[in-house]
Amino acid sequence: MSLQLEVRLKRQAVLDILFRFMTRISAFGVLALLVAILFSLVVGSMPAIRAFGFGFLTSSDWDPVNDQFGALIPIIGTLITSGIALLIAIPVSFGIAIFLTELSPRVLRRPLGIAIELLAGIPSIIYGMWGLFVFAPLFADHVEPWLNEHIGTISYIGPFFSGPPMGIGLLTASIILSIMVIPFITSVMRDVFDVVPPLLKESAYGLGATTWEVLWQVVLPYTKVGVVGGIMLGLGRALGETMAVTFVIGNAHELSKSLLMPGNSISSALANEFTEAVGELYTSSLIELGLILFFITFVVLSIARFMLYKLGKREGSHA
Amino acid sequence: MTTVNITTPKIVVKDLNFYYGNYRALKDINLNIAEKMVTAFIGPSGCGKSTLLRTFNRMYELYPKQKATGGILLDGANMLDPKQDLNMLRAKIGMVFQKPTPFPMSIYDNIAFGVKLYENLSKHDMDARVEWALKKAALWVEVKDKLKQSGTGLSGGQQQRLCIARAIAVKPQVLLLDEPTSALDPISTAHIEKLIDELKEDFTIVIVTHNMQQAARVSDYTAYMYLGDLVEFGETSTIFTNPKRKETEDYITGRFG
Repeated sequence: MSLQLEVRLKRQAVLDILFRFMTRISAFGVLALLVAILFSLVVGSMPAIRAFGFGFLTSSDWDPVNDQFGALIPIIGTLITSGIALLIAIPVSFGIAIFLTELSPRVLRRPLGIAIELLAGIPSIIYGMWGLFVFAPLFADHVEPWLNEHIGTISYIGPFFSGPPMGIGLLTASIILSIMVIPFITSVMRDVFDVVPPLLKESAYGLGATTWEVLWQVVLPYTKVGVVGGIMLGLGRALGETMAVTFVIGNAHELSKSLLMPGNSISSALANEFTEAVGELYTSSLIELGLILFFITFVVLSIARFMLYKLGKREGSHA
Repeated sequence: MTTVNITTPKIVVKDLNFYYGNYRALKDINLNIAEKMVTAFIGPSGCGKSTLLRTFNRMYELYPKQKATGGILLDGANMLDPKQDLNMLRAKIGMVFQKPTPFPMSIYDNIAFGVKLYENLSKHDMDARVEWALKKAALWVEVKDKLKQSGTGLSGGQQQRLCIARAIAVKPQVLLLDEPTSALDPISTAHIEKLIDELKEDFTIVIVTHNMQQAARVSDYTAYMYLGDLVEFGETSTIFTNPKRKETEDYITGRFG
């Protein structure tokens, strides 16, 4: 072996080690960052945890003047708005994705797909402004009175849909959120539906299944990991969405049965109140809210993993 | 055109033309498929043999710009008639593809899938049907203890037999096999070929194959196709030993294709 070649090989070996080291640093860096964020959230919320303990989670008091804080209202607001948003967004996204992959004429596919992706690119503050200035008044004038009259009178579910038609409130925030997460869920669903082998679909059609049966019983189970992933992506966005929700949720620390009444969510409480938080306990309570949001997201992702695991078991494990 | 005397045709193909957009992929095909026999379509790639097979259950209709003209009569009724209910038609005509396509569900559910689309069977009857289909497909012994396991966990050859079981579970009259062994190893291929021989007692079978020896082994009738034309059709023994057309002879002796 010539000396030149030897030097070159040695240099390559060093470079290779360096490269491996860099990738490792990057991977562990993310983990370290996660731990650091979690750590600083815990440290920051210690005063509030010491002052209120678990009562923080169940108390609906939010009284900065008397230093009394409870997270119940924002927690409920976050869960309800995200939940309703998904309830609306999942079937709509499923429909759009199926239309785009299976039913749409070829010429429409691209423009529609691009439109969906553009919808995902709109900054959230624009959704918030549109929600406040355009959607909320329309909702107050045309939809909420109807809800009051027709659904508000039904027993059990009625109380959720009665109240003054103000336009802003939990339901409005949920609908805006659903519009914001639809593009995310749709594009993931479309991508996973697209990779289903044509032969698999033909096999089901060949047995005489209808389009609906093929999609529901073959395509969806085949793509379930991707579909759940897309839904979780949407849910992640819905849970953390701040700006658009702050515009239309009403920002009221009040517990109300009605979805038409103003409420609050964790992220909009944080956005609205950090600037005016005076005193250690107030700031600390807000940081604990952040910690709770972190925790909710973590739990939601874990539940999703667990659901996939269960689904996998039900349809039969691999031999 | 060659003529063969088939007394009991299950399927009669009459002046069939097929188009991918403006491209004419099948040209005036006339052919009889004998009942409870195996008919093989052979020919080089792109000759139209798979296209012809896919007209028998109108699978092409899933895709835009594909259309067929002429007639395909199943027991005398024209299947290409738009009024013909497509799903009922496909229930009568089962299909198995080049690659195994088990659905992402258990072995049991794979078989029950098609049956559930048409019949409302009790648990007991469904169990019996699943067992019947798996036995017919010579898979029962291998999977009877793991019916709840995923169909995608089986070996390639087992998966293909699962697909055959799934196709015959709905009790079709005709079984279309589109190169069913092209993705399988020789042992699994031998299994499937033996199976085809047994299945023809109950079903009319049409098989597309790239493998001439396979056609010679499993079929009673053979159709040689080239560039969208049906060049020669006749009893397999005649086609392979004493073809009437020079093109057929060139192909089967390996001088071409």
